[in-house]
Amino acid sequence: MHRTGALYGQFETLEQQKETASLGMWIFLVTEVMFFGGIMLAYTINRHTYFHAFAMGSKTLSLGLGGTNTAVLIASSFTMAMGVWSAQTGKKKLLPMFLSLTILLGFIFFGIKYVEYAQKFHHHLVPGRNFDITYCIDNPNKCEDIDAKDLAQERHEIEEAMAADPDLNAHAQLYYSAYFGMTGLHALHMVIGAGLLFWLLAGSLQGRFTPEWNTPVDIVGLYWHFVDIVWIYLFPLLYLIDRHK
Amino acid sequence: MSAVTKTNTGPALQLPEKTYLNSTYGIRSWLLTTDHKRIALLYLISVTFFFFIGGFFAMMIRLHLLTPSGYLLSADTYNRMFTMHGVTMIFFFLIPSIPAILGNFLIPLMIGAKDLAFPKINLLSWYIYIIGGSFTLYSMITGGLDTGWTFYTPLSTVYSNSAVAPAVVGVFITGFSSILTGLNFLVTVHTMRAPGMTWFRLPLFVWAHYATSVVMILGTPVIAITLGLAAMERVFGLGFFNPAMGGDPILFQHLFWFYSHPAVYIMILPAMGVISELIPTFARKKLFGYHFVAAASLAIAVIGFLVWTHHMFLTGQSTYSAVAFSFLTFLVAIPSAIKTFNWTATLFGGSISFDTPMLYAFGFLGLFLVGGLTGLFLGCLGIDMHVHDTYFVVAHFHYIMVGGAVMGYLGGLHFWWPKITGRMYPEWIARIAALVLFVGFNLTFFPQFVLGYLGMPRRYHVYPPEFQVYNVMSTAGASILAIGYLLPMVYLTWAAFYGKVAGNNPWPATGLEWTTQSPPLTENFEVTPVVTWEAYDFHNRPELGLDVPGHTGSPTVAPAHGDD
Repeated sequence: MHRTGALYGQFETLEQQKETASLGMWIFLVTEVMFFGGIMLAYTINRHTYFHAFAMGSKTLSLGLGGTNTAVLIASSFTMAMGVWSAQTGKKKLLPMFLSLTILLGFIFFGIKYVEYAQKFHHHLVPGRNFDITYCIDNPNKCEDIDAKDLAQERHEIEEAMAADPDLNAHAQLYYSAYFGMTGLHALHMVIGAGLLFWLLAGSLQGRFTPEWNTPVDIVGLYWHFVDIVWIYLFPLLYLIDRHK
Repeated sequence: MSAVTKTNTGPALQLPEKTYLNSTYGIRSWLLTTDHKRIALLYLISVTFFFFIGGFFAMMIRLHLLTPSGYLLSADTYNRMFTMHGVTMIFFFLIPSIPAILGNFLIPLMIGAKDLAFPKINLLSWYIYIIGGSFTLYSMITGGLDTGWTFYTPLSTVYSNSAVAPAVVGVFITGFSSILTGLNFLVTVHTMRAPGMTWFRLPLFVWAHYATSVVMILGTPVIAITLGLAAMERVFGLGFFNPAMGGDPILFQHLFWFYSHPAVYIMILPAMGVISELIPTFARKKLFGYHFVAAASLAIAVIGFLVWTHHMFLTGQSTYSAVAFSFLTFLVAIPSAIKTFNWTATLFGGSISFDTPMLYAFGFLGLFLVGGLTGLFLGCLGIDMHVHDTYFVVAHFHYIMVGGAVMGYLGGLHFWWPKITGRMYPEWIARIAALVLFVGFNLTFFPQFVLGYLGMPRRYHVYPPEFQVYNVMSTAGASILAIGYLLPMVYLTWAAFYGKVAGNNPWPATGLEWTTQSPPLTENFEVTPVVTWEAYDFHNRPELGLDVPGHTGSPTVAPAHGDD
């Protein structure tokens, strides 16, 4: 459907239409908060009960990759906001550029995530699939992507954690359930967001968005910022447990 | 019979030429419609279909329980019967019924809008419902599931050999239908009201659906993630709820009930909204305490989120926790009681007519009262210890869900049938059906209070022989109840095509929906209405053709009825 600011039939004014779309997206984001909230609750309770396992699990994540992803997403929120600004001020050439940058940053995020996930599969850290948190320590030749110094430190940390919690392996599975559950859900939302961005990009190349009417850019922007904020929560919750030691 | 010039006496009325039903033709115009009224009818057909399925499972349960040692079904099959009965009735009948059918049809009309805020999302809601329903049907055809509608872990995630995954996926998907409907209603009520339709002039039906939508928005995503995690556990081995992996089944119960308790308010609030429309109309009197009833709807929605653990009193929780939730459970009864008092007070000094919708409203008042009070019994820790997981609980929630919500649904369906179809249902058969339903309902479920109190557990396929007489009563009642349901399905369908033409406002009632033609135009109103009157204001509406004196006496004219 090619609408360039046309008024949909159920509305009286364009202003009413814009307000309605915006309120709709905000309420949808509230439902998303409740959705992620459930898994956050499961995470919180399990982290409290099995702190050592969660701390151990967190230490096996790469701060470099996670931190880069955080920077990438924050940057993508910036480019998205610039895209919305371009649409609002009629900068018709800049809008597709900022949307493309946002998409590009999103794909960088996916790429880094893929590397991280692949590593987990490789290192037997996927719940329900021969999960074994001691796999890399017991088979250092199988985990070439970790250097010897880190491996030694990890051995020390695992031994400490096992002293505190004899069922460390079982409980660490819960950490990884949270890891895959939360980041997987987040990634799924990003994929949807990327799809929406492609749709916006197509529209922007056709010049559909004007200062008078740019509602889709506005509300997809809201969605993208929300997805970014979820990651801002996930990063410290998953990557930064007990890191001050 | 009547001295009032009502629209359905005098020369025979004609249906309007152009209506939403004949504005376009063909299957595509229905399956791709964005008209909220057509979508409501799509829901009517699919919801009724699932009602039959849920009813079939109920029949199997009651037939099996005729004898104490279970000759009809094996234990495993019996488990599947009550599970599928619960899943179908709750997720595919009760939760959508009034909001998706009556809410969709009426809310734009009641607020003076041309459609909901997001008509395409409305259609999407229906398709999501169908897809979710299909997954659940698939689960039924591949053997059903035996976990109880509550899907408690680790039975559902690890040990059950039944079709859990497709059913969980089906319920998960259907949840989004609920979320989108709630979102649509909230935004519509905020942004699409006609000029002059202020918040406190809104019909209480709209307030009720607003409160329901708040619950749908905040609660349904939680069941979504809960079922999602349970599905992940079953399929991929994630371990939040599995003790063997360090997980906690009680965590599942908390997450599950965090939604499923507010879900019962999703089921009852719309029915209360219907009652708030029926009673003023058939008592010909303004609703008593409008503001309190509106506030009570919101209070139920909010406090309803604070009581979920009363489903878990026997799970070994701390006494302090149990006391807190018991107290909150008592608190949530207060707004419901306020509403019940206000409905009753509306009757006082009114001119009451016993049309079929009013019979359903009276049924609601009595049966909801019983259900609500027995809910208080269950909220009381000392009593719940003995009657938890017995037929007392089953009777309690059926009094509310069938005696309350379904009565509200049927009352609303009858009340607005002339608006939806342009034709009146046959009054006398309808009244008889209402009475049959009432008798059948009580015969089915009252003995279950006794059974539960005497100690018969729920979800068991056998029972001690001394309980047989009550079970036989209950099954006999269920057969009568079934007739009470079948009759309206038949005569309402008949009336849609052959009933007496009703005109704009056959009752008459005061809502905006009654000022337009029956059935309405696709765009609802030829000209956007400007509202200058308060809700249920029978006095200042001369166009209704009523001669309503002061609050004290009966009116000077008797209301005309359909065809008696």
